[in-house]
Amino acid sequence: MIPSTFDYTAPSSLDEALKLLHDFGDDAKILAGGHSLIPMMKLRFAEPEHLIDLNNIPGLSYLKIEGGMFKIGAMTREVETEESAEIAVHFPIFADVAKLIADPQVRNFGTLGGNLAHGDAANDQPAVMLALDASVEIAGLDGRRTVGIDDFFYGFYSTAVQEGEILTEILIPIPSGRSGNAYHKVERKVGDYATGGVAVHLEFDEQGICTKAGIGLTNVNPTPLRAVRSEAALVGTSLDDDAIASAAQYASEDCNPSSDLRGDIDYKRHIIKAVTKKMINKAKQRAFKN
Amino acid sequence: MKKEITLKINGEEFTKEVEPRTLLVHFIREDIGMTGTHIGCDTSSCGACTILIDGKSAKSCTILAVQAAGKEITTVEGIATTEGAHPIQEGFKENHGLHCGFCTPGMMLRAIELLEKNPDPTEEEIRWGISGNLCRCTGYNNIVKSIKYAGAKLRGDELPSTEPEFVE
Repeated sequence: MIPSTFDYTAPSSLDEALKLLHDFGDDAKILAGGHSLIPMMKLRFAEPEHLIDLNNIPGLSYLKIEGGMFKIGAMTREVETEESAEIAVHFPIFADVAKLIADPQVRNFGTLGGNLAHGDAANDQPAVMLALDASVEIAGLDGRRTVGIDDFFYGFYSTAVQEGEILTEILIPIPSGRSGNAYHKVERKVGDYATGGVAVHLEFDEQGICTKAGIGLTNVNPTPLRAVRSEAALVGTSLDDDAIASAAQYASEDCNPSSDLRGDIDYKRHIIKAVTKKMINKAKQRAFKN
Repeated sequence: MKKEITLKINGEEFTKEVEPRTLLVHFIREDIGMTGTHIGCDTSSCGACTILIDGKSAKSCTILAVQAAGKEITTVEGIATTEGAHPIQEGFKENHGLHCGFCTPGMMLRAIELLEKNPDPTEEEIRWGISGNLCRCTGYNNIVKSIKYAGAKLRGDELPSTEPEFVE
């Protein structure tokens, strides 16, 4: 399978890339890791006339802590979050999720920015970003703006990144107190999209009461889904069995899976219930491990 | 419009004109003429097309040739030295790590990066490490043994037994 013909440019600065994007309009596509876009181009589901490759632009790939935020450059490869000891201090969830994204070769190329900007509810990072209450920096010719993750996913392959814009950075607030997080998805085989996946992030006060809960669900809704009622069921509790059971039940009721080869609707709801319970327990265990 | 690219493959520099839509695996096989890199599924699932780009394992069916401009590529043709087979090649030979051999070049290149990052991997780490490479013959056991053998050889440790394990 070979993509249809296109022109290719690899600019060496973000400004140059934004100008090209502005000039070409929606005839152009951004190439980051390319491991979602190139397969779609090979199948001719996507036929851009211009491809603007961001890989030669320096300064878009980094992991850093700044102003109480963990910042991830949009071109950071999945493998870098998988292997970073620095990120694992507060966010062991990244090692959980990266290991389940496609396979090692794909993770060498796939980027975190691309994973989000693709706008696919079957991708795993969106649920993680919902749980961690991330925000996203988007650059355009007129400047940069920051969008909260709850306002980022518009619909199927559609996000807040508008024509002429490029996602440049992901910002995650660093928890100040006791916290824990975890992700798991049920998949039929390595490299498959999730039958269902759950990301959980929890924060606690000194008395062990949950002060903040973030729960994101993968591939059980047209867009990545925040499990709002599940989060509310946990905050203010010490995460006793009843609170966890309610949160898991709400997640299974509030998601909207569709029936496909990975399973029917009831099965997927059951998966979400079971994995939500497991991930709350795992995140809690991590929070109280020392 | 064609683009001129210069890149290194197994230490040798090549400059060629390519269409931007040319996939790297086709460039290596057809423009350069090195057919050791295989095309299996053509959908980045099977790993038969795995090569190293600047030392990182990559599926060359899902990367454009133009993206490899300025990079150093290693294919199966480039891993042996004048002194003989690469330890990973020796591992596959000694442990019957292949039957038909179609997945083998990709398996070996993936294993080279795996062993570079983790010189003494556990069986589980090897199995996760080659989770992007499919083999339809061996059942993987001998591939895992081959990679363990290559790891020992690269570390200079005592080589594990290559005797087959029989299950009653």
